[in-house]
Amino acid sequence: MPVSREKKRPGYFGEYGGRFAPETLMAPLEELGRAWSRFRRDPRFRAELDSLLRDYAGRPTPITVAENLTRQAGGARIVLKREDLLHTGAHKLNNSLGQVLLAKAMRKSRVVAETGAGQHGVATAAAAAKIGLPCVVYMGVVDMERQAPNVSRMKLLGAEVVGVDSGSRTLKDAINEAMRDWTENVRTTHYVLGSALGPHPYPTLVRELQSVIGKEARSQFRKLAGRDPHAAVACVGGGSNAIGLFSAYLSGSTKLFGVEAGGRGTGPGDHAARFSGGSVGVLHGTRTMLLQDAGGQVLPTHSVSAGLDYPAVGPEHAELARSGRAAYVRVDDADALRAFAALSRTEGIIPALESAHAVAFACQLASEMPRSASILVNLSGRGDKDLAEVERVLRGTQA
Amino acid sequence: MKAHAGVKPRPFPRASARPASSGRIAAAFARAASENRAAFIPYLTAGDPDLETTAVLARVLEESGSDILELGVPFSDPIADGPVIQRAASRGLASETTLEKVLETAARIRRETSLALVLFTYLNPLLRFGFERAAREASAAGVDGVLVTDLPPEEAPAYQPLLRAGGLDTIFLVSPTSPSARMAAAGRLSSGFLYVVSRSGITGARTALAPELEQTVRRARRQASGLPLAVGFGISTPEAARQTALLAEGVVVGSALVRVAEQARAAGKSVSRAVGELSASLARACAKTGSPGEKRGATPGTPRPRRSMERR
Ligand SMILES: Cc1ncc(COP(=O)(O)O)c(C=O)c1O
Repeated sequence: MPVSREKKRPGYFGEYGGRFAPETLMAPLEELGRAWSRFRRDPRFRAELDSLLRDYAGRPTPITVAENLTRQAGGARIVLKREDLLHTGAHKLNNSLGQVLLAKAMRKSRVVAETGAGQHGVATAAAAAKIGLPCVVYMGVVDMERQAPNVSRMKLLGAEVVGVDSGSRTLKDAINEAMRDWTENVRTTHYVLGSALGPHPYPTLVRELQSVIGKEARSQFRKLAGRDPHAAVACVGGGSNAIGLFSAYLSGSTKLFGVEAGGRGTGPGDHAARFSGGSVGVLHGTRTMLLQDAGGQVLPTHSVSAGLDYPAVGPEHAELARSGRAAYVRVDDADALRAFAALSRTEGIIPALESAHAVAFACQLASEMPRSASILVNLSGRGDKDLAEVERVLRGTQA
Repeated sequence: MKAHAGVKPRPFPRASARPASSGRIAAAFARAASENRAAFIPYLTAGDPDLETTAVLARVLEESGSDILELGVPFSDPIADGPVIQRAASRGLASETTLEKVLETAARIRRETSLALVLFTYLNPLLRFGFERAAREASAAGVDGVLVTDLPPEEAPAYQPLLRAGGLDTIFLVSPTSPSARMAAAGRLSSGFLYVVSRSGITGARTALAPELEQTVRRARRQASGLPLAVGFGISTPEAARQTALLAEGVVVGSALVRVAEQARAAGKSVSRAVGELSASLARACAKTGSPGEKRGATPGTPRPRRSMERR
């Protein structure tokens, strides 16, 4: 039985979730929830979304047996779900297409989005271009620098990119600014939130739009192996690619592992490992695990990957951790960079730095498991965006 | 905008029927009503740029005709606030203003002024402090009411009773985007007053009032079951305050005051004087009759002097 479905209170996963938003956003959030429950069952809407996912985004994405990486890790067989092959280069497009289409169905005339790594920004910009809505993307200035290629891509796709220079100048602050824009323009604008976080109904809406990853992967893997994998592994920023994969396995016996950013150390501000370093709090409209100080102020975070550099986590993951259905582990910058290089060299696949965290943990896990076992890894995105940053970081560590 | 002859100041039996609350907020509205004016409710971010300044400005605000002070607790991620209050929160955090210290300063303001005090905060600092403990200590410090920006009515059942049990008034917000049922829920949970967000947006000084304000206030009035209405978000000028005072029982001004303090500090001028002048002109504009800036003498029953600080 799925353990993490909302219990009695809508929008809650156990004690986590909810809708802690300023009053101006409450009716719009209700409206969004109503619209989604209507259009998700609307045959025309479904057909249009399915066609976009297939003919525009390139679904289904394949799974690939990573034979060389498996040999190097020495143990369980590693299989990759190839979201890196999705149009725009990451799983984010699954969500963006669904939400921009929903915005259009709700007769909104404009969309806004936040972005960390730039992948959600690029995906939303592309979806908005395709579906025909103007798009504004908020991005921390720190992230604009380290994910510069994605800034150019967004602009080319017709989006307006607004640099956010407040707070830690990363994903958290981009979300603050996108929420403020939405509050100011709520009647005309839909906020395309990029991960399974934020106030209800976003965690549920984004999970549903990303569940295509798990649905495909499960049947593809069964075709390949005749059974479900022993373990499924995904990186967890806000948690959308992970919940998309996990959603297909919640009721089975596949072990679920979410991989957080261990950054450069265990001190406050040095990582984004909410499950080992955080406590329960409320940020961005949801009650969840949060990196915070003794006074309830949100702590800065660090990760080499901009997409995992976020102090809170989607509430469903908080509940999956509490119930023990999923385990959350951390991989630090150095190990992620090693996995980034290893996957490139062994398989000819350059992973996103976010996804490299999942690959790193999968290799470690594989080495502790028998060769008869198998691990499914969500390769959430490709690493083209990270090349300059990786070179910069590697130069820095050598200097 | 037309004057609202039909909207009479009301007595507020609901608030006084709750012996647990200090009644200071209800008394402030009653006093303002008896003087035929709206209550003037300034907002300050505590600790901007330090708590000493906050305490001094509280006295200045009282002297210039304020009734209720909204004391903001700085938070790292103020999603409902515009740039001015964001900067104030950053300065507050830079001076290490914790909830504990805000409550100490609240206690000092309670000793040094007779302003009613409303704590204006995001939820997370209260949660981290311990919600029940926060309610108890706020009440002990002499805080009269609490408004939690990101605590909507549907999430309130776990928290609002703890504030009431601590003897605090609970103030909820209604917005132009709130349908009547939401306004009614906010009204049921509120005591002291109901806060009407003037425009669907974040905080920040605006030059003009939102065109839908009159309608928002009218809709809120129907759901407020007799609670006073205070209007805030975006009111920055005496003219806007004057128009708002004709609609509602309270006028809240935040960003405009925070900004005038910021500008005076940057220019090396007296912050007290700048805040005093603006607040005095705003307080005078809260008169329900007459033209903006009309002088209001101390009426019998006014418990403290109202000294005009505006130069002309
Ligand atoms: C490739 C990739 N993977 C993972 C993430 C993390 O987000 P989430 O945890 O929502 O999947 C991002 C976010 O930017 C990303 O770009």
